[in-house]
Amino acid sequence: MKLFKNILNSVKPHFEKGGKLEKLYPAYDAFETFLFVPDHTSHTGAHMRDAIDLKRTMFTVVLALIPALIFGMWNTGYQHFLALGITEPDCVESLIYGATKILPMIIVSYGVGLGIEFAFAISRGHSVNEGYLVTGLLIPMIMPADLPLWMLAVAVVFAVVIGKEVFGGTGMNILNPALTARAFLFFAYPTMMSGDKVWISLGGEQAVDGFSGATPLANAIEGGVNAIPSIMESFIGIIPGSIAETSGVAILIGAALLLISGIASWRVMIGMLLGGYAMGLIFNGFADSADNLYMAVPAIHQIVMGGFLFGMVFMATDPVSAAQTNKGKWIYGFLTGLLAILIRVVNPAYPEGVMMAILFMNVMAPLVDHYVVSANINRRMKRVKTA
Amino acid sequence: MEDLVNIFVKSVFIDNMIFAYFLGMCSYLAVSKTVKTAVGLGAAVIFVLGITVPINYLLENYVLKAGALAWLSDDLADVDLSFLSFIMFIAVIASMVQLVEMIVEKVSPALYSALGIFLPLIAVNCSILGGALFMQERQYSTIAEATAFGLGSGVGWLLAIVAIAAIREKIRYSNVPAPLRGLGITFIITGLMGIAFMSFMGIQL
Repeated sequence: MKLFKNILNSVKPHFEKGGKLEKLYPAYDAFETFLFVPDHTSHTGAHMRDAIDLKRTMFTVVLALIPALIFGMWNTGYQHFLALGITEPDCVESLIYGATKILPMIIVSYGVGLGIEFAFAISRGHSVNEGYLVTGLLIPMIMPADLPLWMLAVAVVFAVVIGKEVFGGTGMNILNPALTARAFLFFAYPTMMSGDKVWISLGGEQAVDGFSGATPLANAIEGGVNAIPSIMESFIGIIPGSIAETSGVAILIGAALLLISGIASWRVMIGMLLGGYAMGLIFNGFADSADNLYMAVPAIHQIVMGGFLFGMVFMATDPVSAAQTNKGKWIYGFLTGLLAILIRVVNPAYPEGVMMAILFMNVMAPLVDHYVVSANINRRMKRVKTA
Repeated sequence: MEDLVNIFVKSVFIDNMIFAYFLGMCSYLAVSKTVKTAVGLGAAVIFVLGITVPINYLLENYVLKAGALAWLSDDLADVDLSFLSFIMFIAVIASMVQLVEMIVEKVSPALYSALGIFLPLIAVNCSILGGALFMQERQYSTIAEATAFGLGSGVGWLLAIVAIAAIREKIRYSNVPAPLRGLGITFIITGLMGIAFMSFMGIQL
């Protein structure tokens, strides 16, 4: 640490006003604030100080993502060896294989994304902040493991530039940047993002005969509840899927951390859970008279499979793109859950609806807030008048 | 009845005028600065679409379509007036907009002045004529279906303009790069909202 401090102090004069590299000050500032807590103080007005700042918030989320990430690495390797016909893959080997697939994706995502952030910070003269740390980790986690790295890079460019920087950077975006990246790939390269072939990393080798790589969601359309893994299997998550979405257990460990630290909104999570459950129950009620087998999948099962839990814990709770008011969070969460299951079951084009539901509700969140706020104003106006 | 609900839902979400066809963009971009005026204009569009589509449906089926005049006399059975459809539809729309304008001016002068030039401009709002032409192209079988379609398209348009107005209110204090401020960022938001609305594409009703 002392070494870093010395290096930073020795190069600092170059970056300060009048130095040779004055223009690159945001880059220097980013490294300094990343490694240390600088003694910057505000120059105007009174400011409340609290231990929780953007850096801590983001690091807590990254910590919460770690269990799902590790499980995702192991599961990627495990599914890979299963597909090659090895019945009981070695635990460590699986983890190593997964790591060789996923670490490069994370590196590309961080490299490209932070590169753009630095470029924007330097040209627009604001400081780089930690917002991208979470997005940059989330993006690879919601992709299929065999995604070519250049596609990942293109998606990151789209998400960071169009999804975030054109609005003014961290905290200003309207859509969740990680989901923007996924939606971009989903519509630009559908063959790489959907179907039966992409969810298991084969690493160029041939899968054994008769091996199906379809996700439970795709199977549910074909064969309904009988064709998918049981609730317990879906919850533990040793099934094909996007890298980190499969395991409910690992995700809920992260969720506990987020809830205890108060970083993610419990209102959004509970709301979304209730919404998804309610919609699942409604479909179950109609299941007998309809020929859509997907409808008969029990409500609890709908929630534990696919990306529902991952979306609920890490995506819908994004404090920037979610609703801001407390009542609004309930409404936003509930409608997200409702729509996620609705799209899943009703729309044959998308076996998974969580991504689209969250994006749609991101778009609608400001409207929800607007009406919550104006309802509050009206209520209080009435109180003033009667008094 | 179920058919009508299906047509309504389909035209609100799946065939949304703004996000599926990008019709009626001029007033959508110009009057979406605040939610309040957006709701007003959206309501006006619902009203106009809800009236003009059925009227144009009657025109289409009893005057304009090939053989539509057969109910007058057998001599006219082979008359095809469909080359007149554009001008007839526009005439109906323009007169309806005049009506709306008078009503709004009488009922809510504040909304009238907030909407300004865009209220008479509904007459040339592409989504209104688009509604009439889609009605012609899709050949709805009853007037009730045409009405459901007209109202649904209007509600979809209202949803779109109100949603973007709320977003524009939210990003008013965002640090958007100077060249993109105003219309530029609105176009980008519209594109992103289009992605979100693709959730409903492909649903069969």
